[in-house]
Amino acid sequence: MAVQKLPIAKAINESLRTALENDPKVLIMGEDVGKLGGVFRVTDGLQKDFGEERVIDTPLAESGIVGTAIGLALRGYRPVVEIQFDGFVFPAYDQIVTQLAKMHARALGKIKMPVVIRIPYGGGIGAVEHHSESPETLFAHVAGLKVVSPSNSADAYWMMQQAIQSDDPVIFFEPKRRYWDKGEVDKEAIPGPLHKATVAREGTDLTLAAYGPMVKVCLEAAAAAEEEGKSLEVVDLRSMSPVDFDSVQASVEKTRRLVVVHEAPVFLGTGAEIAARITERCFYHLEAPVLRVGGYHAPYPPARLEEEYLPGLDRVLDAVDRSLAY
Amino acid sequence: MTVESTAARKPRRSSTGGGKRASARKPAPQKSTEPELIQLLTPEGKRVEDAKNAVYDAYVADITAEELRGLYRDMVLTRRFDAEATALQRQGELGLWASLLGQEAAQIGSGRATRDDDYVFPTYREHGVAWCRGVDPTNLLGMFRGVNNGGWDPNSNNFHLYTIVIGSQTLHATGYAMGVAKDGADSAVIAYFGDGASSQGDVAESFTFSAVYNAPVVFFCQNNQWAISEPTEKQTRVPLYQRAQGFGFPGVRVDGNDVLACLAVTKWALERARNGEGPALIEAFTYRMGAHTTSDDPTKYRNDDERVAWEAKDPILRLRAYLESEGHADEGFFAELDDESEALGKRVREVVRAMPDPDLMAIFENIYADGHALVDEERAQFAAYQASFADAPAAGEVK
Ligand SMILES: Cc1ncc(C[n+]2csc(CCOP(=O)(O)OP(=O)(O)O)c2C)c(N)n1
Repeated sequence: MAVQKLPIAKAINESLRTALENDPKVLIMGEDVGKLGGVFRVTDGLQKDFGEERVIDTPLAESGIVGTAIGLALRGYRPVVEIQFDGFVFPAYDQIVTQLAKMHARALGKIKMPVVIRIPYGGGIGAVEHHSESPETLFAHVAGLKVVSPSNSADAYWMMQQAIQSDDPVIFFEPKRRYWDKGEVDKEAIPGPLHKATVAREGTDLTLAAYGPMVKVCLEAAAAAEEEGKSLEVVDLRSMSPVDFDSVQASVEKTRRLVVVHEAPVFLGTGAEIAARITERCFYHLEAPVLRVGGYHAPYPPARLEEEYLPGLDRVLDAVDRSLAY
Repeated sequence: MTVESTAARKPRRSSTGGGKRASARKPAPQKSTEPELIQLLTPEGKRVEDAKNAVYDAYVADITAEELRGLYRDMVLTRRFDAEATALQRQGELGLWASLLGQEAAQIGSGRATRDDDYVFPTYREHGVAWCRGVDPTNLLGMFRGVNNGGWDPNSNNFHLYTIVIGSQTLHATGYAMGVAKDGADSAVIAYFGDGASSQGDVAESFTFSAVYNAPVVFFCQNNQWAISEPTEKQTRVPLYQRAQGFGFPGVRVDGNDVLACLAVTKWALERARNGEGPALIEAFTYRMGAHTTSDDPTKYRNDDERVAWEAKDPILRLRAYLESEGHADEGFFAELDDESEALGKRVREVVRAMPDPDLMAIFENIYADGHALVDEERAQFAAYQASFADAPAAGEVK
């Protein structure tokens, strides 16, 4: 049966399983990924079936995890490493930014860095500090890295396949609060390119652009707006580096309005880049300035305030109204 | 020993190749040379007096019956507090809890060894150490309830905030200790971390800095055998206390379920630090009896036998046996303590349930000491947005 209904976490699990089956060079590494199957059970059962040589419980050392993954990649392996939570990637940030990202260029293109770094990210699960952050911009800003985030099960399955097959390092942000959302996965489908945005819902009055956990919020906003007679298009960016500006442009040329939504702080975020580019490309099409909805220039707040901090339906619709008021 | 054997097995390029090499290269299991474990009180509650303990014994030689009862009380109340917090998490009052069950002796023994002017850098499980420092235990619950990201003023008890990013605080402790030394003060610093944390680069760097600058810092590693699902063998091939040697300072392994030994060894290490003799590493060999946190399911990775074996080494039972056999405590003491425990549990329950959600504007508080224009702008936008809801109180209005 090709089409199955799977939660996002399970879709990633099956994608990793497929990759382990198809390519003996694929390795899974990280803290607690083996016996426990990861704290979110994304790697559940993989060590049991593929053994400790391929699904590796690592020491509690993020710099070590990424640094050794680089070495394994140099030796011809394709490591897929897990960073347990967004806020714990920073001990490895040095290895990712100073080494992983630049290796291909420094070797005159002679070596490849097929390393995937999986990071469950974002808020909305009531966690303590360092477990709810959205640091994607910090990676998208670094040349040499590719940065993606699926928003649904089918993308989770296929984008993981593509990330593993990529010869470039891919930072794979998993929307942790959507891990349990189910969606259809067709394992025999022919997926679109990894870095291409998709139109998640068609509309004519305004474009909402989002990725990862915020796509669902935008779809809900579009459904709510429909009841008020507004037709919103939702573009799922899927990739933050590179960004598929062409798809966003095509949508904006149709709707003439754009609101970009992400959990990460607005200041210097992905939305800022998209606003600048789209303004440049679509200046004469735009009926309103590109607006952004996202996090504040504040540390991620304690759990009891996160619903106020995170963009929700109201904040998105408020921005929609502001845009339409121009 | 292990160091040499690793060097001797240094892999050479073999012409045989083949995919099986990886497993053939697995390090041989370590020889079961039980490292020296400083123990002053056996699991049965008998006092141990032998030559290798002499140097540490001296630090508890004149301990009074009252002090021993005090240690017992600390452990019992800490366990009661911890149990209450676990229950509160189950009732949905806390988002998460990291239990210290089983580690009371390591925490109370080391915590009671500190002086008021010493400074403590905990990780996120040091509820017993916080207790010794006089931190109101209910303050520890705010971050687990999700109403703040810290919850106390570190300077009021010289007890730093909990640190969740594994290993980071060991460097802060080292820097603080470097400052103590520069100031010519005679206080000391103690940094807590787990066996898992010993793998972090930050911890290795803190060892390097503290040794090079002879900083008055004591590294207190609670080896509770697990880092979430990973046993200590996934972090190290040598007993952790032996790491210190390579950095140039002493390491000691102490029975982490023996409060007396933990007290004595920590006093020894803090005194060395105060005397300008530099850092020391203490590995408290103990056991996490519960789950890693309330989100964890230990049945996935460990079996009950292990827990049962460690239950026989319970830190509280052994001190009780000692107190009783020495006639240091009577029924009245234990009965009174039971009442005190219940009262503590009740107070914790009440305080937590009454803990208010933070004010919405708290998102923008204390981000910068000197203010910041972007924060001011976003704060104003946020306030206006909140006020735009019909049912929301207007600015300045009291809810
Ligand atoms: C840098 C970092 N990586 C991962 C985590 C997630 N994490 C939280 S606790 C923990 C295990 C810690 O084990 P250990 O240091 O032995 O301390 P214990 O919890 O056993 O007291 C892990 C992996 C983290 N908090 N910080």
